[in-house]
Amino acid sequence: MATPHRDKHGRPLVVVTGMGVVTSLGEGKTDNWTALTAGRSGIHRINRFAIDNLRTTIAGTVDFVAAEPFCAPALSEQLALRAAKEAVAQADIGRPGDFPGALFMAVPPVEMEWPQREALAQAGKRNGETSYGTLLAGAETGRFKAWHELFLFGTVAARIQDRFGTKGSPVSLSTACSSGATAIQLGVEAIRRSEVSAALAIGTDGSVNPESLIRFSLLSALSTQNDPPEEAAKPFSKNRDGFVMGEGAAALVLEDYDHALARGATILGFVLGCGEKGDGFHRTRSSPDGAPAIAAMREAIADAGLTPDDIDYINAHGTSTPENDKMESMGCLAVMGERMREVPISSNKSMIGHTLTAAGAIEAVFSLLTIGEGRIPPTINYKVPDPTIPLDVVPNVARDARVGRVLSNSFGFGGQNTCLVFAAEPA
Amino acid sequence: MTREVFITGIGIVSNLGEGIEAHLAAIDASRPATVEAERFKPHLVHPMVPLEWERQIPKKSDQRQMEVWQKLGVYAAGLALDDAGIKEDKALLGKLHLVCAAGGGERDYQVDGQVLTGLPEAADPGAFLNERLMSDLRPTLFLAQLSNLLAGNISIVHGVTGATRTFMGEEQAGVDALRIAKARIAANQGDIFLVGGSYNAERPDVLLVYEMAGLLWKGHFASVWERGEKGGFIPGSGAAFLVLEARDHAEARGATAIARLAHVGADQARRVPGAAGEALDGLFERAGGFDAASGLVVSGATGVAGITAEEKAVLDRRTDGTRRIATGDLFGNMLEPQFPAGVALAAALVRRGDARQAAVTSIGHARGEGLALIERI
Repeated sequence: MATPHRDKHGRPLVVVTGMGVVTSLGEGKTDNWTALTAGRSGIHRINRFAIDNLRTTIAGTVDFVAAEPFCAPALSEQLALRAAKEAVAQADIGRPGDFPGALFMAVPPVEMEWPQREALAQAGKRNGETSYGTLLAGAETGRFKAWHELFLFGTVAARIQDRFGTKGSPVSLSTACSSGATAIQLGVEAIRRSEVSAALAIGTDGSVNPESLIRFSLLSALSTQNDPPEEAAKPFSKNRDGFVMGEGAAALVLEDYDHALARGATILGFVLGCGEKGDGFHRTRSSPDGAPAIAAMREAIADAGLTPDDIDYINAHGTSTPENDKMESMGCLAVMGERMREVPISSNKSMIGHTLTAAGAIEAVFSLLTIGEGRIPPTINYKVPDPTIPLDVVPNVARDARVGRVLSNSFGFGGQNTCLVFAAEPA
Repeated sequence: MTREVFITGIGIVSNLGEGIEAHLAAIDASRPATVEAERFKPHLVHPMVPLEWERQIPKKSDQRQMEVWQKLGVYAAGLALDDAGIKEDKALLGKLHLVCAAGGGERDYQVDGQVLTGLPEAADPGAFLNERLMSDLRPTLFLAQLSNLLAGNISIVHGVTGATRTFMGEEQAGVDALRIAKARIAANQGDIFLVGGSYNAERPDVLLVYEMAGLLWKGHFASVWERGEKGGFIPGSGAAFLVLEARDHAEARGATAIARLAHVGADQARRVPGAAGEALDGLFERAGGFDAASGLVVSGATGVAGITAEEKAVLDRRTDGTRRIATGDLFGNMLEPQFPAGVALAAALVRRGDARQAAVTSIGHARGEGLALIERI
């Protein structure tokens, strides 16, 4: 073999050789890309459960995928399965059920849900009020054995591992709304350590249910502009008022560049850099000065062996909350300088909503498609510019552009900031 | 380049007390674990000793924002930072990487009970559920439930802001947290990490998950090795955190190392009979170099039928006559922090001179197998 390829820091280069995606816009890269570049929204009125007494009645749920019993872990598993199938097929790697690498999986935190609590209460029912004693009595009947596994945190990843034959101990992880990016970062690090030649990184989230929606609603994080649903998510607009929950999954086959070359794989792009920084300011709010987000962006660009001037486009976290978009804009201006006013930045969340645990992975796929297709998806619903955000947000209409390098941002509750740099070529 | 990884700080809390010395003293005295048999009858739990939260979480406002599982973790993380001598080193804390192994947080039991009592009678159950949750849920409860908010609270309370990642997946989350932190230090992907987790067993909602599969041990306490064909585990409350550090980083700041984390291996076998034992055996094989004669085994065996006997067979064959401590007998099964807690005990015992080397095992109650080797420096 020829001299191994190394990045500017002397590490193995990491490429993407397969991608799969499912969102409220559809299943697969083709359908998603068509909708995304047409500026179509996947956000709609919720019909999965009753919306009476809710302040927010819209979401980007994925309604065309069945799961049994219907609950977040089961739907998240089905979404991940479909995304992974597409990614592994495209990468054409290993043999069916024998993926030659590790699994890093961003999954929503798992817990029992109301339909299951009701069933347990019914089974354990005695006279009088229902308490956890009733539920425990229901559990003791032995009729709910399968739900033990269903509600373990490691089950979604274990089932994906069983299906695709990934190797070693699969990692289930959460860094809140940056989880999908962290899954990719863990895969990149494992390849750079030469621990594996390939990794399957997945982010999945099928957790739009009454209680999850209400939790975000009680924190005043969600948009309440329910009519029309497709206009609620308006990142960077002056009248933005919160995010819209979305569902979906994305999977990426990450591979050591030399491993991919040796087997003649098609290279879809490079993951050049990863950056992360914790924030100890507040449980849900970012440091007002944006310092941790700025540090994460800078670290990702430096890790990629680039400078801010090399970035052609930013795939924004862009949640459409008043605070995030302001902080992110300020952060981008700080990192990129005056040039930022000309660097296009757009938010996929304007169309698919905030896919939470999956967002970082889904937006990674869209970032790589942006590079591959030479077309930038727009930020839709941009009608009322925010004068404090003086950026080119690719308003409302997709734009053809040569994009060689993308910075993709992910920020989350609990002080999570993770940024990735994707590129067409090595630095 | 491969760097040596040292353990330079330990924080641990459980029914046996606070801090590593209390745990060693309990082991030396063969003090039986505290068993709480009444509160969740017929279920047993190993309850936490009362802690003075203020000692590690000075602000009442921070305490109020957390549920017990998070407070336990923040407390133990503080002990580990103290032990490593870096609690006040703001510059270092700003670079410290944090890897937590975490499940989720407590429910509001009263609200859940009221909702479940009302649901069957409600004219429109969906509307009723929304109405109750919208008006009865504490807005900040979500933050006490989210898995990654253990890490978030450690960042806030202790100022650990390098970067935080949270691994989920019961016992194996603790194994993988240590495995990946160690691998990253060894490969120069970070110099110093705080790694661990926490678990509050005194919760009916967690008992529920395991009771559905009949996995909880009931009746009188028995050693994990003596729970027979019925088997089962006793959940235990507690938390454990370790400071892992590259040798050169530790030496440069003049830190006293406790022990060397020589190896962490992990696997996930498809659980057919015999598979967990075979996986553990494979982990020993790949680890190489465990000298049973001068060693010590800290087993994370849960007491669950089948897999506990499989582990015992592997240990009997590979480490016959070697001193064996079962962490399940000391503090029950703490799930996510169980393996970090086992590594903490092993490191302290090795430092004290009880053995030159220790093997720490984990066979998760449902899945996942792990093995760490700890060496005396």
